[in-house]
Amino acid sequence: MSKYFFRRLLISVPVLLGISLVLFTVLALAPGDPFEELATNPNVPAEVRANLRTQYGLDDPVHVRYLRWFAAMLRGDWGFSFVSRVNVDTLILQRLPTTLFVLGTAQLLAILIALPIGTYSAMRPYSLFDQLSTTLAFVWFSLPTFFTGLLFILFFSIYLDWLPFIYRADLNATGLGWLRDQARQSIMPIGVLGLFQAASLTRFVRSSVLDVIRLDYINTARAKGLSERVTVVKHVVRNALIPVVTLVALQIPLIFTGGIVTEQIFRVPGIGSLLIASILANDTPVIMAITFVFSALVVLFNLLADLLYGWLDPRISYR
Amino acid sequence: MSNGTRVETILGAPPAALAPASDTLWHEAWRRFRRHRLALIGAVILLVMVTAVLAGPLVYRVPIDAIDFKAKLKGPSWAHPLGTDDLGQDLLARMLYGGRISLAVGVAAMLIAITLGTVVGAVAGQVGGAVDNALMRVTDLFLSLPALPLLLLVVYLFRDPLKKALGPEAGLFVLIVVVIGGLRWMPVARLVRAQFLSLREKEFVEAAKALGAPPVRQVARHILPNAVGPVIVIASLDVAAAILQESTLSFLGLGFPPDIPTWGRILFDAKDNLDFAPHWAIFAGTAIFLTVLSINYIGDGLRDALDPRKVLTHSRTS
Repeated sequence: MSKYFFRRLLISVPVLLGISLVLFTVLALAPGDPFEELATNPNVPAEVRANLRTQYGLDDPVHVRYLRWFAAMLRGDWGFSFVSRVNVDTLILQRLPTTLFVLGTAQLLAILIALPIGTYSAMRPYSLFDQLSTTLAFVWFSLPTFFTGLLFILFFSIYLDWLPFIYRADLNATGLGWLRDQARQSIMPIGVLGLFQAASLTRFVRSSVLDVIRLDYINTARAKGLSERVTVVKHVVRNALIPVVTLVALQIPLIFTGGIVTEQIFRVPGIGSLLIASILANDTPVIMAITFVFSALVVLFNLLADLLYGWLDPRISYR
Repeated sequence: MSNGTRVETILGAPPAALAPASDTLWHEAWRRFRRHRLALIGAVILLVMVTAVLAGPLVYRVPIDAIDFKAKLKGPSWAHPLGTDDLGQDLLARMLYGGRISLAVGVAAMLIAITLGTVVGAVAGQVGGAVDNALMRVTDLFLSLPALPLLLLVVYLFRDPLKKALGPEAGLFVLIVVVIGGLRWMPVARLVRAQFLSLREKEFVEAAKALGAPPVRQVARHILPNAVGPVIVIASLDVAAAILQESTLSFLGLGFPPDIPTWGRILFDAKDNLDFAPHWAIFAGTAIFLTVLSINYIGDGLRDALDPRKVLTHSRTS
């Protein structure tokens, strides 16, 4: 088992290196440089600008710059934001908890919705419930998250006036009041993301459970006299869950990118909105750092998915 | 099939109920697709939208940038069937125009993804060995790249130089299409490679080889046409995904220039006016939703129609 783990870990390292190479190449190929504004500033003579460039190492050959950048990234020195005048890692760490809260809860909601509905649909295929849930999942899956977000705002904030549509990280209530305010402002972003994930997950859970139900050991369990509930929970779901768990782990990076849009709509102060704001403000160090964080997350969750699959499925560890 | 006609001449004409309804796999696939009610509905909806978007501006000649402050933020009316935006511009005209661009981006990005993916997969599957290994590692690397952040990064970095080189519209079109297509070829490559690996061992390829066909002819004439079924399914779903990604880009304000009314851009402008003019956002969003939904249904129908396992159980009475 640990051999499997180490092999998977070893594969992740070159992938991470490759991603960093791609990102840095994209940056290096791009025209324009950080000292562009200085070029138009008449107070800064050309030699000073040239000196600044050599000082920051912008004139060194590409591979030197790449190695230096990569070493800095690994050390935790992610650079200095042009716009916010703080270290990039401080900026990112500030915003990370909010993003993790919204996205994590959304994913949990998705699992809590998709598992029971998908399982029940598969246990009674082609029934009314199954057809309704499949159609609903299909339709919801085709609705872009930015549209559902806007519709939610239209309905719940403007029409019904039940929920605030701007997420504030600095609520000034305390205790239970804070909890209530936090819940009220989080429902919509979490709902938008979670329902979208639930829609795609339901279809997958349904097909996975359908595959398992046809197998012989389920018949054996029923023939042994086990109640339907025990058969479903102990045998069907546990075995159907294996590919589903892998899919959830693989989809977590997608929920991060889906979160970018949701954070923009509801003005959630998370990493996604930081990325958009930095792009609009031309703040290159922050953009590179966030893109690298996203890539590292993809690699991390792919690794997690592999490990989970290896752990859950006893057939795998004998390789 | 030629076998069937020989049987008919020996035994006489078969009764009408058993007459072969189709003689090629494509006809068979089309018949199976026709049986999918939802896929047909999706196809009809998509056809209506494509026709509206292509022919609409020729018939409905209201200009897309006719500013008229007296008519701003009005709901649907006879003069403006879908209402107006905050500058009094007619929304129907803008959506018909923007639809062309959204659909063009979708189709172009899909073509790039399919072409690149098929070439990579075919080379990897046919040549094998170290080349296959290298190509698959590259595919894995690209699969690990996060799509939206990388898309945003590339658009941010290369937007201005491409605008200077090719003009604002064409430059951004090329950039967006290349990047979206360039990040979606990997599943196609894997699929095509898997198809090649299995089709290479089939008897008809062996027969072609025995008859002296060079590898290129084997691939082009025998393997590739048989590998193309699942690729078509992926292609249809890719169009929907590409349209969604371009809309997402425009919704974040980072797509086409502001005066080009792609559907995502219309939503971007509409999202700050939800309380005064909900019709603005609703129409644009529904257009995107209907397009994506119909393409998804078509893809579902295609997947069932082109499923090779179902071909083997082909029954002549249906």
